[in-house]
Amino acid sequence: MLTILFDGIAYGMLLFILAVGLAVTMGLMNFINLAHGAFAMAGGYLTVVLMQRLDVPFLICLPVSFVVTGLMGAFLERTLYRRMYQKPHLDQVLFSIGLAFMAVSSVDYVMGSQQQIMQLPEWLKGRTEWWDGALGMGHYRLFIIAVCAALTVALQFVLSSTRFGSQLRASVDDSRVAAGLGINVNLIFALTFAVGSGLAGLGGALGAEVLGLDPTFPLKFMVYFLIVVAVGGTTSITGPLLAALLLGIADVAGKYYVPKLGAFIVYALMLLILLWRPQGLFSRQGGK
Amino acid sequence: MSKVPKMSQANVETTVLETHDLMKKFGGITATDHVSLKLRHGARHALIGPNGAGKTTLLNLMTGVLPQTSGQIFLQGEDISQLAPHRRVQKGLVRTFQINQLFDSMTPLETLAMVISQQKGGGANVWRPLGYRADVVQRAEELLALFHLTEVHNQVTSKMPYGKRRLLEMAIALACEPSVLLLDEPVAGVPAGEREELLRTVASLPKDVSVLLIEHDMDLVFDFAETITVLVNGAVLTEGTPSEIANDARVKAVYLGHGEALHHG
Amino acid sequence: MKVTPSSHFQSQLLQASRWKWQEWVGWILVFAAPWALPSHALIVNEMAIVALFALSLDLVLGYAGIVSLGHAAFLGFGAYASALFAKHVMPDPVIGLVWGMALTTLLGALCSATILRGSDLTRLMVTLGMALILLELANKLDWLTGGSDGLQGVLMAPLFGRFEFDLMGQTAATYSLTVLFLLFLAVRHWVHSPMGATVKAIRDNRLRASAIGIHANAKLAVVYTVAACLAGAAGALMAQTTGFASLDVFALDRSADVMLMLVIGGVGWLYGGLLGAVAFKFMHDFISSITPQYWTFWIGLFLVVLVLVGRDKLFKPWKWGRP
Repeated sequence: MLTILFDGIAYGMLLFILAVGLAVTMGLMNFINLAHGAFAMAGGYLTVVLMQRLDVPFLICLPVSFVVTGLMGAFLERTLYRRMYQKPHLDQVLFSIGLAFMAVSSVDYVMGSQQQIMQLPEWLKGRTEWWDGALGMGHYRLFIIAVCAALTVALQFVLSSTRFGSQLRASVDDSRVAAGLGINVNLIFALTFAVGSGLAGLGGALGAEVLGLDPTFPLKFMVYFLIVVAVGGTTSITGPLLAALLLGIADVAGKYYVPKLGAFIVYALMLLILLWRPQGLFSRQGGK
Repeated sequence: MSKVPKMSQANVETTVLETHDLMKKFGGITATDHVSLKLRHGARHALIGPNGAGKTTLLNLMTGVLPQTSGQIFLQGEDISQLAPHRRVQKGLVRTFQINQLFDSMTPLETLAMVISQQKGGGANVWRPLGYRADVVQRAEELLALFHLTEVHNQVTSKMPYGKRRLLEMAIALACEPSVLLLDEPVAGVPAGEREELLRTVASLPKDVSVLLIEHDMDLVFDFAETITVLVNGAVLTEGTPSEIANDARVKAVYLGHGEALHHG
Repeated sequence: MKVTPSSHFQSQLLQASRWKWQEWVGWILVFAAPWALPSHALIVNEMAIVALFALSLDLVLGYAGIVSLGHAAFLGFGAYASALFAKHVMPDPVIGLVWGMALTTLLGALCSATILRGSDLTRLMVTLGMALILLELANKLDWLTGGSDGLQGVLMAPLFGRFEFDLMGQTAATYSLTVLFLLFLAVRHWVHSPMGATVKAIRDNRLRASAIGIHANAKLAVVYTVAACLAGAAGALMAQTTGFASLDVFALDRSADVMLMLVIGGVGWLYGGLLGAVAFKFMHDFISSITPQYWTFWIGLFLVVLVLVGRDKLFKPWKWGRP
């Protein structure tokens, strides 16, 4: 059972890193971006290509994915997304679904529709057993947890202790007032979107082996990201973190103990939580 | 379902709307501070005070748009403190908004026909088209004429000039057949030429409708009101007849302190 | 419903609900289609069903203002309910249709209690979650639904005991068109009624709507439930005229496609869904004949351009008045 918990935590932390960009974008720009998963997919495919075609070590691929998808995000934000901020949510949904469709199709065309096999480096392939096998920690999952935990700590630090962080928090609270105080809100939007996309790309690279990488990735996992944001709320990052962990553990445990029901458990759980607390489990009142 | 008490039955001294110790706090800020206000039947009651005094907040509390932190609200003797906004309207408490809140895609005729249908209990009617009931259309015609909207009755609201929109704002409220009418700065932003129309209409409201008026325009206030309540920093400073208020030193201080001249005479 | 207008004003109000000649002509042509073009009868049937589905989403999106990505939940529920009814209870199409509609209405009423709270994102997730749960249920309860193979062998009895559902599809097409027309009439009537006007008011200005005594949430819940009923009808027609029900009826694609149709045709007016469904079908067939595999790319591009440029600018020549 401890192993399930461990795997669930790894899955949850991965989901968090993947979804945190979406949560912050939603809270900051009030923008429902259903194409967020495409950035994760980009990071995954980039890593696969680098590793298989160019023999780049896995560890190098991770920061590369982050930077490249971050730049992609920044570019798209400036050119396309920026025009969508004021539009009604329906338009945003349609727009981002359109982008997602385009991404899925393009990757299918270029890379083919089969699932990509990720060859993990040797040092990640092991497994450590504790307490006579009661807890089995795969090294790969351990690595995921470590990286994601480090990123989470870094994010929290940036948010609470840096100037950028406080400007970001101010802009999330009320972007008009923040602009009035002289905060360059456009720059904050661009940077945040870029970092969020970069993190998604990093998550995609990190988690491709665990989650499975094929062109339908953005659509398959979009629901999970949305669940994390809807349940966790958009006013903090601890909210989505806890929501992601909850989701990860519930999914892994559900699929192990009641395989007949599969993903049903997760959806039902989400539905019940949202019915009980429409603003999300951890939101302050008046969240978007 | 008569919401408007007949004049012969009602005692002029009956209180139709009152608040008991009404409080509203936003975090550390007290927007409404122990306000106890009585609106009498047939009243022409004005609520004045400097900007930020909490007048609109008080209106929002009365109509249920904002929940109160503590205190109670009574309409015709009934406690409506926990009632949803639309229920309070159904009991006869109607308001207008400082910034026009209209139905931009509909024409004034459609808007009023819809409101009147709703008021007559036909809001859930699906069997007949809007406009089928002659009594509804007739009432709509009356209101259009009363508010000088007849010439624009078929124009889409979003395209109407501001003054006409302001008139429609009030026409909608009247179409609800209110027993208590709360007017939030009805002449705000209305160009000088159209103010007269609006002022005359406000003055000619039926006597059994009790009116609470928020206004900054002191001409209108002193012409219109029989009672004036002064609100400062969320609390009632004083209340009295127009001449009492005009000569009250504290009120003068509050207004002169903010650079506003009080009405002369 | 004939009223002699007692005044100029009354006739103006009633003018909105009168039928225009374009509508008469359009419907007559549509009904003639399966008989004038027998080889296309099956396509006409398909379009009628999709148009009904789009009309139902228009109620949700255009009139109630709810962004729903899970409307296919009702389509699928109606389809499976009717298919199972035909297989296990009785194969009469009309009774099966009514059964499917009734059950889906109940589901809609249940859902409507949940979707009115929270933000747009919450609503999106709740509607999506509903559809996903139904998909999972249909998948896992395979002893009932046939699972991923779908529910096969739904044989329908002849309509009214006389008209066989043959392979030509003309009976099916006329059946579907009739149901579409009748439900369309009902919706049209509703839109022009006082209740329809109050819903339009809620859409225009929710604050003011409750300030004139309208219970917004209650009305929106009614609209959502009615929309569910219509979608259920579309699903029932689908199962009955094609003879089977499969899992992809719940898929996100369906919900996304129908939303696109509505946006093409115009959200918030009666013919938006109907015309959009037809336009979408032509677009789909045209693009698929060129690039069958990557049609989602072009649809995605179209969506992006549509939203960036704005529907009005893109379709300017098509703007011929909104009923």
